[in-house]
Amino acid sequence: MTITALPILIPFVLIIILIISRSLVFSKITSIVGSFGLLILSMIIFYKVNKLGFLVLNMAGWKSPYGITLVIDFMSSLMLMVSSVIVFAIAIYAYRSLNEEKQVTKFYVFFFSLIMGVNGAFITGDVFNLYVWFEVMLISSFVLITFGKSKEQLEGGIKYLALNLLGSLFFLAGLGLLYGKTGTLNMAHLADILRNDHQAILMNTSAILFFIAFGIKAAVFPLFFWLPASYHTANITISSLFAGLLTKVGVYAFIRFFTLFFVHDQAFWHQFLLIIAGFTMIIGGMSASVHYDTRKILSYHIISQIGYMIMGLGIYTPLAIAGAIFFTIHNMIAKTNTFIVAGLIYKLKGSFYLKDVGGIIKQNPVLAILFVIPAFALAGVPPISGFFAKFILIKASIDDSHFVIAIIAVLTALLTLYSMIKIWNEAFLKKQPDNEFSGQNTSLSFLDMLPSIILGTISILMGIFAFKVFDFTMQAADQLIEGTSYINNVLNR
Amino acid sequence: MEILLAILVGILYTAGVYMILRRSIVKFIIGIIFLSNATNLLVFLASGVVSGKPVFVGEEPANASQMADPLPQALVLTAIVIGFGIVVFTLALKYKFFELTGTDDLDQLKKTDN
Repeated sequence: MTITALPILIPFVLIIILIISRSLVFSKITSIVGSFGLLILSMIIFYKVNKLGFLVLNMAGWKSPYGITLVIDFMSSLMLMVSSVIVFAIAIYAYRSLNEEKQVTKFYVFFFSLIMGVNGAFITGDVFNLYVWFEVMLISSFVLITFGKSKEQLEGGIKYLALNLLGSLFFLAGLGLLYGKTGTLNMAHLADILRNDHQAILMNTSAILFFIAFGIKAAVFPLFFWLPASYHTANITISSLFAGLLTKVGVYAFIRFFTLFFVHDQAFWHQFLLIIAGFTMIIGGMSASVHYDTRKILSYHIISQIGYMIMGLGIYTPLAIAGAIFFTIHNMIAKTNTFIVAGLIYKLKGSFYLKDVGGIIKQNPVLAILFVIPAFALAGVPPISGFFAKFILIKASIDDSHFVIAIIAVLTALLTLYSMIKIWNEAFLKKQPDNEFSGQNTSLSFLDMLPSIILGTISILMGIFAFKVFDFTMQAADQLIEGTSYINNVLNR
Repeated sequence: MEILLAILVGILYTAGVYMILRRSIVKFIIGIIFLSNATNLLVFLASGVVSGKPVFVGEEPANASQMADPLPQALVLTAIVIGFGIVVFTLALKYKFFELTGTDDLDQLKKTDN
């Protein structure tokens, strides 16, 4: 199945074209067309996976446990599709928001190398290959986060880089120990060995190293400090890209590893993951409520919502995993959208600080609607996607009698709602205070708002057709928990 | 051989942790180099060290367990290259930061935290 490798190859070809390109308009158009191509491709892949169950490609023809294998199952195809939607939206957004000539051509090169890393991480079936894709993603994100070279960005970049480097080292150490114990790094082969192993408790040393590595990438409770220290420093286009994609790759790796082969010692791990999830939710939500910079509030919300995804993994019933996947794809879309809207507020008013701005509802009512959709989606108000995601997770936790985490989840939803209302009151409802920003009267064109409109529409559609989306995520969850079909398909039995 | 390598890995990790806890950014980067080399050696060590029996070279030994495993060597080689790239980027970033602010002190980096 050659189509399996295309999500990596298309960004690669685009990188080469964009390195050569000298014209700004050409780069912008190429990136929009290219990301649209990626979107179409991911839909075709999704359709094929729906029909066949698995797409497996052995690179260079080496048989499965020996060579590098690319595997697309239900979960990978869902993640691929959602990330391509985000990439497409950001490509359109960047068309209007980035304008300095020299900068922009470089931006697109690293934009697509980041996407190549993300797509590679989603479709690989080999642990070391996953490490390599993580590094591709990291190096591009290092370049992007320090893009403007201002003092603040370099400082944020150093913090981001320092902690993520340590994360990669933990990943590599865990991987080495795992190879020493099992003699393989192919995920299906690992699952085959570890699921039938009676001494699997020995795997805890590797599993905890992987936990720390993915915990740093996903920004879970004691390991999240790099995120609020760096995300708000970058250009808002780049922040919205990171908010949607990067931490979720960590969550994806979590779900993949802890459903496919780290299934030993469940009593400890599930309890542990639930405790981590609870702290992540509550601390993220509470930290967000004290801030007045839009980007800071939204950054802390990324953390609190990672908690929900880990919570689904910690409950570990098919319903809960389905809820976690549903929540992940809903969150990727809504989160990117809120950052894009924050960027639009900045464009309109010239400040991210909530005390400086106000009165947008009179000045630009369309923007108010565009903010309400992702904000309600994040808070979990019924007709939009977030409600169903939270409902599934909380139902799964009550079914499995984890009442404490259910209460924390509900409280965090209230905290989210509180922060969203704060942004709404300060930026949209209250009168514009008299300061240097009150004279700003930029208007927004349709093209500025188009990415937000696309993502908002998808959030609403995901709410209206929630049963359809739920069917897909449920299939993905069943496939993950069952495991044997993954093993048999990859190892060709 | 294993014992020696294990002690070396331990020393490198200790030195690396000590260095990344220092206040200077340059020392922090040196710490990262120590840690990444320690991790590379750990991967190499964990997957078994066989001395003097390379694969694909010379006559074939009686069974496969007497040959060195080529895979961890390939893994470590890849990891070393990635590590190099990252260290170079970190140094460039540090240089740019120093040019702008004139400070090498991690305690001065408090502006983006709250």
